[in-house]
Amino acid sequence: MIKNINFVSKFKNANIISIIIFSFSVFFILFKGLNYGIDFKGGTLIELRTETSVNATSIRDALKTMDLGDVNVKKFGKEGDYLIKVEQKNTNNNLIPKIKKNLYDNLGADVDFRRVENVGPKVSAELLESSIIAISLALMAMLFYIWVRFEWQFSLGSIVALFHDVVITLGIFSLLSLEINLSIIAAVLTIVGYSMNDTVVIYDRIRENLLKYTKISISDVSNLSINETLARTIITSVTTLLALVSIYILGGEILRGFSFAMILGVLIGTYSSIFVASPILKFLKVSHKTLEKEEEKIHP
Amino acid sequence: MLNFSKINIITIYLIFFLISIFSALNLQNENNLVLDKKVNLGLDLQGGSYLLLEINSDSLVEEKIQSKVIPLKKLLKENNLKYENFKIVEKKLSFKIDDLEKFELLFFSKKDNSVNPYIDNYRSFELDFKTLDNNYIEISFSKYGLLVINNAALKQSIEIVRRRIDDVGTKEPTILQRGEKRILVELPGLKDPDRIKKLLGKTAKLNFRLVSNNSEFGVEELLSENDEKLKISKRIVMSGENLIDAQPSIQNQQNEPTVSFTLDRLGSQKFGRATTDNVGKRLAIVLDGKIISAPTINEPITSGKGVISGNFTFQEATDLALLLRSGALPTPLDIVEERTVGPDLGEDSIKSGITSLIVGFVLVILFMFYKYRIFGLVANTALIANLLMLIGVLTILEATLTLPGIAGIILTVGMAVDANVLIFERIREELKTEKSIIHAFDTGYTKARITVLDANITTLIAAIILFAFGSGPVKGFAITLGIGIITTLFTAYFLARHLTSLIVLRNNNKEIKI
Repeated sequence: MIKNINFVSKFKNANIISIIIFSFSVFFILFKGLNYGIDFKGGTLIELRTETSVNATSIRDALKTMDLGDVNVKKFGKEGDYLIKVEQKNTNNNLIPKIKKNLYDNLGADVDFRRVENVGPKVSAELLESSIIAISLALMAMLFYIWVRFEWQFSLGSIVALFHDVVITLGIFSLLSLEINLSIIAAVLTIVGYSMNDTVVIYDRIRENLLKYTKISISDVSNLSINETLARTIITSVTTLLALVSIYILGGEILRGFSFAMILGVLIGTYSSIFVASPILKFLKVSHKTLEKEEEKIHP
Repeated sequence: MLNFSKINIITIYLIFFLISIFSALNLQNENNLVLDKKVNLGLDLQGGSYLLLEINSDSLVEEKIQSKVIPLKKLLKENNLKYENFKIVEKKLSFKIDDLEKFELLFFSKKDNSVNPYIDNYRSFELDFKTLDNNYIEISFSKYGLLVINNAALKQSIEIVRRRIDDVGTKEPTILQRGEKRILVELPGLKDPDRIKKLLGKTAKLNFRLVSNNSEFGVEELLSENDEKLKISKRIVMSGENLIDAQPSIQNQQNEPTVSFTLDRLGSQKFGRATTDNVGKRLAIVLDGKIISAPTINEPITSGKGVISGNFTFQEATDLALLLRSGALPTPLDIVEERTVGPDLGEDSIKSGITSLIVGFVLVILFMFYKYRIFGLVANTALIANLLMLIGVLTILEATLTLPGIAGIILTVGMAVDANVLIFERIREELKTEKSIIHAFDTGYTKARITVLDANITTLIAAIILFAFGSGPVKGFAITLGIGIITTLFTAYFLARHLTSLIVLRNNNKEIKI
């Protein structure tokens, strides 16, 4: 069922679109910023379940008297479930019991505290730092792996594709003001792995075809290789998306952000391995000679 | 690639069987364990509290540097060294010295140096000094001196934290050192950590000091439990270290909750002497700088037993007794991170996690069957085997399953078929050019091998990095994802390949559809 779609002819338009979306993403990340959760910003998070008669305003009013700084109350899943975020920066061992007591006293209804999290400023700074290190390390490790397995042009191409995926995913999170927390970082790293996986499959085929058809230009080899692997690319994306959509819909409120980031990442990663990673090989003028030179280096 | 020797086949199925059998251990009845191994549920799934405590050794360092003042002055005097402008400023001692060289020699002498002992394992002195202008010097703890103070405080804190938590009686608490300054506490099943937080938030330094009438030197003013201003002598009659037991009790006359304590021999002597000498005076009981109560000494107490009263509720008396029994923390503890999940949220998370796992699993299986028919069944068999092995390995490792961990399993389900998809697609291609069906399958497997490996190693790298840098639940995700990749490779390349070979070889080179 190998189709013959002319992908290469669409490279140019796709690249323009990619560059525009990428620039917008950078713009949003820089100027609108990312909506960091308490993991990275510090503060207190309380998930509570109460009677349906309680609304967000009454929770806000109850907390207003406490001088907590920025307080954010929003509905969370079911009717009567709320998520409260308090941006209290300094470590205060007594803050949570005080908030709890206040809510018990003022809401006049049964309150069930389902989840309480508090991250101090020092810890949140460390978590942010280690997350940035983790993502950078992952990118570097991928770069190195591809460099060992392929040639540097492939390595560069895959890293540009990865960068593209990570930045656009974060850009969309910034645009939609979705929260960035530890599980989103896990999602981003998994996207890095997934997108790489997709790119490697196509690159593998391009390398194989470059050696097989030495007379054909890199454009045609790319096109052939993308088409040959297209069925696999689509089927794997579909099965992964089936699993992810099922987490997104049924996995509960806590996994929603994570699965959303992953769904975005799988879509963008699939796109980028075809429309970002492959054009770069053409741009870098990769040919079967590139591969032969490398061979000579190894077996002179 | 399609020929398997008998030994190969036996090995493959033996490995599969031996690993996946462990997954069955999770279904055991708790009272009748065959082997006590199972996948543990993370706090986010079973509910419970996670606390990260940090010791704050600043006050301790200040205390320690103050304790150096008297021995240091003594040392200077004994050696006829003249000093002036002696000051204690922020964990440092500063003064002017007349003979700097002689001082340095004394300060860094390895023999009988009680002021500045040499720490053998770090090859460093406890204190260090810096010369300023005009023979002024500044003494402070050296890097290793601070480290020794810090490590001792951390070790002692962990011990006291453990005693306090054990005393409250929560089930299976985990108390571990994290880094140089932190203590990790995990309390599974605890719905409300407020009481424990309160207990850990107090250093519980107890001492008994006399209430003084005159406002002479060595007196500080503290508020009593009835907001009465009292002058309290700084001299400590006896401290909490001499307590060997403390229990909540009820005073019969007023039915008032109190704390009864028992002193050790030294404490009994000290207490006996002080109460004998000061009958009629008031003795303040001071906890963490606050007066609990200041009763009048009616008669000498020489039995080594006493009672603390202070308008307690019974809960307060119980908690105070617990704190006194467990001993004082060397430094205050800050709670720098706290995560508590209620048991019903945990249950909901398990439910929604399992539901989405089953739905995702069924969807993937149906899709694969639709796409590849009989070989879809092969891939699906491999997928089920994969899940069993994944859970088996998690059981062997007694890994902790978190909510993101379940997400990792679901993701593995989605991505695990990739290996088989890669292989099947390759075989489809080969079938177009290759006359011999068996040969086409054979080359398909061979050619796809490198790609499958390459593709999975990249995801494995991501999983390893996540494991190294992730915390808590994210680590759980990395574990399932990483193990999932390995079991995927095994099931696709051994189990599924063997099943495929059975189909293809039986088919005897007749037309076959994939």
